[in-house]
Amino acid sequence: MESRITTRIRQTVAAGYKAMGIFITSGFPNPDVTLEILNAIDAGGADFIELGMPFSDPLAEGLPIQQSSERALAAGASMKTTMEAALRFRAGSDTPLLLMGYLNPVIRFGVSNFFQTAASCGVDGVILPDLPPSERPLVAGAAESAGVDVIQLIAPNTSDERIRLVDDVSSGFVYAVSITGLTGTGHGQSGAVNQYLRKARTLVTHNPLLVGFGISSHEDAMRLSEHTDGFIVGSAVIRKVDALYGDSSLTSAERAAALSRFVRDLKQGSSQA
Amino acid sequence: MTSILDTPSETGRFGDYGGIFVPEILVPAVEELLAAYREAQRDPAFQAELDQLLHTYVGRPTPLTFANRLTDELCGPRIYLKREDLCHTGAHKINNTIGQILLARRMGKTRIIAETGAGQHGVATATVCAKFGLECIVYMGAEDIERQNLNVLRMRLLGAEVRPATSGSQTLKDATNEAIRDWVTNVEDTFYIIGSVVGPHPYPMLVRDFHRVIGRETREQLQKAEGRGPDALVACVGGGSNAMGLFYPFLGDEGVAMYGVEAAGEGLDGRHAATLTLGSPGILHGAMSYLLQDEDGQIELAHSVSAGLDYPGVGPEHAFLKDVGRVTYVSATDDEALEGVKLLSRTEGIIPALETAHAIAYLPKLAKTMTPDQIVVLNCSGRGDKDMGTISRYI
Repeated sequence: MESRITTRIRQTVAAGYKAMGIFITSGFPNPDVTLEILNAIDAGGADFIELGMPFSDPLAEGLPIQQSSERALAAGASMKTTMEAALRFRAGSDTPLLLMGYLNPVIRFGVSNFFQTAASCGVDGVILPDLPPSERPLVAGAAESAGVDVIQLIAPNTSDERIRLVDDVSSGFVYAVSITGLTGTGHGQSGAVNQYLRKARTLVTHNPLLVGFGISSHEDAMRLSEHTDGFIVGSAVIRKVDALYGDSSLTSAERAAALSRFVRDLKQGSSQA
Repeated sequence: MTSILDTPSETGRFGDYGGIFVPEILVPAVEELLAAYREAQRDPAFQAELDQLLHTYVGRPTPLTFANRLTDELCGPRIYLKREDLCHTGAHKINNTIGQILLARRMGKTRIIAETGAGQHGVATATVCAKFGLECIVYMGAEDIERQNLNVLRMRLLGAEVRPATSGSQTLKDATNEAIRDWVTNVEDTFYIIGSVVGPHPYPMLVRDFHRVIGRETREQLQKAEGRGPDALVACVGGGSNAMGLFYPFLGDEGVAMYGVEAAGEGLDGRHAATLTLGSPGILHGAMSYLLQDEDGQIELAHSVSAGLDYPGVGPEHAFLKDVGRVTYVSATDDEALEGVKLLSRTEGIIPALETAHAIAYLPKLAKTMTPDQIVVLNCSGRGDKDMGTISRYI
């Protein structure tokens, strides 16, 4: 059976749009506002949301997501507050929700317990950047019995053979990292990125293909998703949330409206806002 | 259950520990490294060049010194010191950096990165980069840059760029995070020389292999001196590379007891770095092993007076050897380590590194359980010159 994530991406593409995933660190800037941020992103038209599980040592992240993790943990974020935010979000929305983060907190929570709890909180999938396909057996059984997708990633230096392998084992979609680098960094040679994504498009046949890393505007998103079913924005959203919540002159409603508008502009372009 | 002699497995496992928990971007890099290492192992020219450099540049074999006055003072077993402090650059670390830079050159990598805690691995990396004419960038926690300033100056003199890691605890853990982030970003031309038996497969294996010369020489030298092997081996354990180097060739010798000494910092009920003693299994820096972590799986800050042991993880092979009971892991506090520095300096005329001093600190306890006809070998992993600033604040 096709999962809620895959179905939503396929429907969006069938309607003539690129699917848009939005990342936000759970508990950033503090756990009390995570639900209102999720709702604002949902209202802005995200096709799915990735809720980041903060970790003390996020290896593949650039500064914006590193710092958002640090601040979330300092403000009291935990696996418990993340699961609670997911559950409360799910009570009011059908938008697919993923958890994204590093393996250690998942293992500490207990792999089986983690997937069961995530499923019962309405989580549809997980992205674990430090889990390559060869280590997938650590979570595969627990994820499958809970009915939770485990999304695998590819990168510009991934061989054709491995791209096929990733497509074979991944569920939900295949996440194409646009650069050899960290989240939140820009793009160098766009020709090379284009070529890599075009190739990935022909090799990924079982799953939808989405591109992420280094997308901070509608224009970036359209350019990079030419060969994919959609795109994912993370660090740019973190920066926006940081700015909105750092501005004490704004009310909650104003922040929510501005965040929704930012998300809508990422998808549609500012001219239609 | 994996045999202790037949590790790691094809997938890089030591029992349940080890593995390759890295972002997809790094998978081709570790696969390429494994292939290059396997090929190098089959190439007699590689081993010959390594042996030549270890002999004429590093100064191997290092002596095995009989510690007669320390033996007399402790009234226990005959104590021998494996003198890794006499290696070029002052610690065992260069055994590994020489091996890895030969691999880097073989793989055509032009840029070398490393992490460092006490600065010993950073110096050993900067040294071989100078010797081979390769660009060198060393990540070092901002706090460690303060407390190990002499080593920072040495690295710079050797032509390396020292980049401060300013995130988190600003120590070895964070320097490792930054080095991995650099590797992710520059994976095409960059070789990451990891400084201990940690990280994703094949690093724990190849770092161990480059250090096992310590144990091999010890076996041969002790045979010559005493006509027999040791009854016990003692080494300090942070990440655990000097300990693995000494222990590994003896793992199959059932009569040889082994003790790994971790840093208990202010004490096991205070801030410490005793990962195997008090930690629990988890994943950090690419491998499953024991970690210092809180209930939510966040990594906790380690503490030790010795920057080289100030790490909340430990090599996966040590985790395995602990679980199967082959090696006994104990700990020594900051204060005990400082007493260890004084003890070895006073009795043997050898000022040990603060890391090594943790192993020395365990000797008086161990000596009480052994007899004068028995033999213990302690890995004197580094010399203490770099620590004189810290030591002078305590004595």
